[in-house]
Amino acid sequence: MGPSRRSAIWIAPLAVGIALPWLAGGNDYVLSVLALAFIYAIATLGLNLITGYTGQLNLAHAGFMAIGAYTVGILTVDHGVPFWWAFMLSGVVPAVLGMPIGWLSLRLRGYYFAIFTLCVGTIINLVIEKWDGLTHGVSGIIGIPAPPGFGPVQFSTPRAQYYLALGALVVMTWMMQRIVRSLVGRSFMAVRNSEPLAEALGIPLMRTKLLAFVLSVFYAGLAGGLYAGTIRFLGPDVANIAHTFDMVTAMLIGGLGTVAGPIVGSLVLPWITQYLQFMQDYRMLVFGPLLVVLLIFLPAGIVGSLRNWHARRASQALAVAQPDAAPAHEHRASAAQRHGHA
Amino acid sequence: MLEIHDLGVRFGGLAAVDGVSTRIARGSITAIIGPNGAGKTTFFNLISGVCKPSCGSIRLEGQTVTGSRPDHMARLGIARTFQSSQLFDHASVLDNLIIGHRLRTRAGLWDALLGSSRLRREEALCRTKAQAALEFVGLRDVAHRLAGDITQEQRKRTAIALALATEPKLILLDEPAGGINPEETAQLGELIRKLALSGLTVCLVEHKMDMVMRLADTVIVLNHGKKIAEGAPEAIRENPHVIHAYLGVPDAEA
Repeated sequence: MGPSRRSAIWIAPLAVGIALPWLAGGNDYVLSVLALAFIYAIATLGLNLITGYTGQLNLAHAGFMAIGAYTVGILTVDHGVPFWWAFMLSGVVPAVLGMPIGWLSLRLRGYYFAIFTLCVGTIINLVIEKWDGLTHGVSGIIGIPAPPGFGPVQFSTPRAQYYLALGALVVMTWMMQRIVRSLVGRSFMAVRNSEPLAEALGIPLMRTKLLAFVLSVFYAGLAGGLYAGTIRFLGPDVANIAHTFDMVTAMLIGGLGTVAGPIVGSLVLPWITQYLQFMQDYRMLVFGPLLVVLLIFLPAGIVGSLRNWHARRASQALAVAQPDAAPAHEHRASAAQRHGHA
Repeated sequence: MLEIHDLGVRFGGLAAVDGVSTRIARGSITAIIGPNGAGKTTFFNLISGVCKPSCGSIRLEGQTVTGSRPDHMARLGIARTFQSSQLFDHASVLDNLIIGHRLRTRAGLWDALLGSSRLRREEALCRTKAQAALEFVGLRDVAHRLAGDITQEQRKRTAIALALATEPKLILLDEPAGGINPEETAQLGELIRKLALSGLTVCLVEHKMDMVMRLADTVIVLNHGKKIAEGAPEAIRENPHVIHAYLGVPDAEA
């Protein structure tokens, strides 16, 4: 499959995404739920880079998203920094903080890394809650300005915020696609596949893992910045570990190590949650088994299973179409024929 | 091309490799044999940089490389395969091999984001090297099959192709014939000979003695981390120390 066909897959969902405010018929609630889902999709894209592509389960992800959100909140409300300047820093600040944290934690492998980052996430949550002077503690940050518009484009209505989140998701997805399809992305996947083998192939482990980690928290931070501009209120709960687990769930439903997986998962998850809202706290009784069933029958997630199925078909198609892939004697015969004709 | 002097590593109180010295000639096939737990894989881990030696030195083509990281060793030209070949089963065999030449490329994150011409050039180069490696190991026919669908013997060949794609000078094969049948073992032996004929230096750890005896120019025997013998296969076969190490000391009844 060539690159042009690969991007063609994105056109239909994008068209639906653009047309949706009309399809929803002015239902602002749907639009704001979707805008939030897009924002979490951006964060989940980042989580998927370090976890799905590089094989390191980072459980501090919501913490880094919160750092991005608070970067915007603190700078705009307490220091009067224009929103877009603060927004640009919302990715940079977590990335800069992520460097030493990643450098330290990525020495650990497997579960140890996951447990370490779980603690990092909890510490971030606690720091936000207790550092009143910087973060306003439990009272939170109120009155974050809406992202100011550019000329005729304004971001104050739910519809405009929906488009802002959609636009950001499109850009971040395109960037992710570029990264994972490149040799850089292949290095990440080699690390996921087997760290000893990747190292034996000359891939510097720490540098590769650290790059994936910093990129992933950059995504989390930008998602946090958008979150701050959309919800316009921040409390320590943003850093709650429950949000990390929501992102992990979305990633598993959609498909680990696929670009579209986190997006699909981030849309399916709130859809199911909304659908089961009438059951209130009991909804987990339905949701839990549903997740188990999904992972038994589609262990690679929705997009992952589709991709594996497609990879199998593509390999069979190539095996039929290409004389290289035919059994050796047939290959020689057809080669002889070609020479005969030449 | 590879000079090893008094190489050793201790894990706690255990000397896993203990004062091994040897020289490995360019283009030769050297087999490392020994009973289980003799330190053969650890010996490979030392040469490939996975373990840091406690003592001794390793020189590759006159350059001291003792204690370098595995990725440095790979860049210097030491490639290796593992006892189990870890491939990404949901991608094609060719796709699995493209990463092999990554260490000789320079494209980074910015190249990826900007879609630079350097990245495109290097990706094409990696693909060409992968195809050449597949051709060399005789797997061109399965290039487009999923890695999860090929046979154990083809997986072994793919692992060798992956090592070849790094453009090594020395290739370390850890039990290349483990878990495959006698006929396939013979064919794999042919491939190993072809590696050496192409100018590569080959080192292998192997338990299948007939393969070792047929292929190797030199056999090194390790036991309890120490080198107990080194020489041509015929000499090793007759060596009393080696026979003792494998069959036990017959002085029990003496």
